[in-house]
Amino acid sequence: MEKLKLLIVDDELGIRTGIHRALRDFSVSFPFYEDDFEFDILDTETGEDAIKILDSTKIDIVLLDNKLPGMEGIEVLEYINANSIDTAVMMITSYASIELAIRATNNGAFNFIPKPFSAQDLKTAMESITKHLFLKRMTHKMNAEAKQVRFKFLSVLSHELKSPINAVEGYLRIMKDKQAGDDIVSYDKMIDRSLTRLESMRGLIMDMLDFTKIESGSKNRTIQDFDAVKLAKLAVDSIYPMAIQMNVKVESDFPPQLIMNADQGEVEIIFNNLLSNAVKYNTENGSIKFSIKQKKNKAIFVVEDTGIGMTEKEQALLFKEFTRIKTRKTKNISGSGLGLSIMKKVIDLNKGVIHVESTPDVGTKFTIKLPLDVAI
Amino acid sequence: MNKEKKTVLIADDDVDYLEQLKFHVENFGFETITAGNEEECEEAMKAEKPDLAIFDLMMNNDDSGFILSYKMKKMYPDVPILIVTSAASVTGINFDSEKDSETSWIKADRYLPKGIRPDQLHREINKLLKL
Repeated sequence: MEKLKLLIVDDELGIRTGIHRALRDFSVSFPFYEDDFEFDILDTETGEDAIKILDSTKIDIVLLDNKLPGMEGIEVLEYINANSIDTAVMMITSYASIELAIRATNNGAFNFIPKPFSAQDLKTAMESITKHLFLKRMTHKMNAEAKQVRFKFLSVLSHELKSPINAVEGYLRIMKDKQAGDDIVSYDKMIDRSLTRLESMRGLIMDMLDFTKIESGSKNRTIQDFDAVKLAKLAVDSIYPMAIQMNVKVESDFPPQLIMNADQGEVEIIFNNLLSNAVKYNTENGSIKFSIKQKKNKAIFVVEDTGIGMTEKEQALLFKEFTRIKTRKTKNISGSGLGLSIMKKVIDLNKGVIHVESTPDVGTKFTIKLPLDVAI
Repeated sequence: MNKEKKTVLIADDDVDYLEQLKFHVENFGFETITAGNEEECEEAMKAEKPDLAIFDLMMNNDDSGFILSYKMKKMYPDVPILIVTSAASVTGINFDSEKDSETSWIKADRYLPKGIRPDQLHREINKLLKL
């Protein structure tokens, strides 16, 4: 049960007690929100007092009469507006002129309730103002949270994008001033490193685009039948050059075919991520086992490597955006830190599950289960 | 002990930035020891006392540079420490090693932004080594 503070500003005792009585056992509920709203009622006779209360207490809703003995209701409203007090105001008045209505609306009054009003009129008006208040606060909260997430994403991103720029810039400055001498060969390594950094920066940008597309739900999905085994063979072929460099053997254990009804591009993201990680984090002369099985209405993909493995602490960080596990063993391995979080999002999108088993210096085994038909 | 060349310990988790710092510092005429992360750096400082240390702020942890500075000063109170970082431009947080309130908890002697020109770096190192 949530309590909202309601302030009645009216010089007529009858109105004040009438409102008290009408709202005593009244609550507002929403079909989509489990808590009901009840009202804590305060009242005062004058505008001057109302301002004192508003300055010292957090008031959610003000029921404000315009015709008051000293300062008028509209002036109280103007004070609320000028001091940006976060409260919703409903004017109660029998003297509603068009001019007053415009002035009040311009100063942010939510609604008018003309005197005399019935208990039901009041309840209806309270319901609408409460919903308005609730929605306003919810959107405000959601915007603030979204802003925070966006800010974190951007600041991490800018750091990840700036590092390669700094690195390349540093090498270029050394070259510009010919600090390593006049022989161009002395700069070969710096040129190679610059190219590598730029390439991984491009990778990061591509990953980031995938990531934001999935994140915002704007990725176009084409759900159709395809053979996951055929796709897996292509993925193995494309990882082959990378595997040769590390002298890593890739063994596959596939059925003749496995038809899935899903977005082929998404399954490809999963295969590519699994395989490239299995190669990147492998040891020289290591091996990878990639198997595909069908169990009832699920496709099961298992990729097992003989690589550097992870501790439990490291595994807990695995799917976090921009998290790269930095140790002596991984320092020369490049990556955007987005690959696995993209993969996780794709798996979630397909209502699948991922399971990781890993032992440091022994290897890592990823098991992914996806429904054969995402449409079901 | 009177060594001919002073030794500078450099720690940075960006392979290239580490390489470039090493390149410049060696060009200034110093010996270098390099470390690619916090643990490596700790091992390196246990193994040998450097004459000066240059730490990147954000490595394994967001405050690796501070942690290392603290440990370094505990082990060798007289070794000057330079922290180089791009933190200010990322977080908007500025540190000032000249302010007393901050030197009391940041155990570094000088705080420099990443991307500093080599001649500026050289000047800062010389100042700290009183050369």
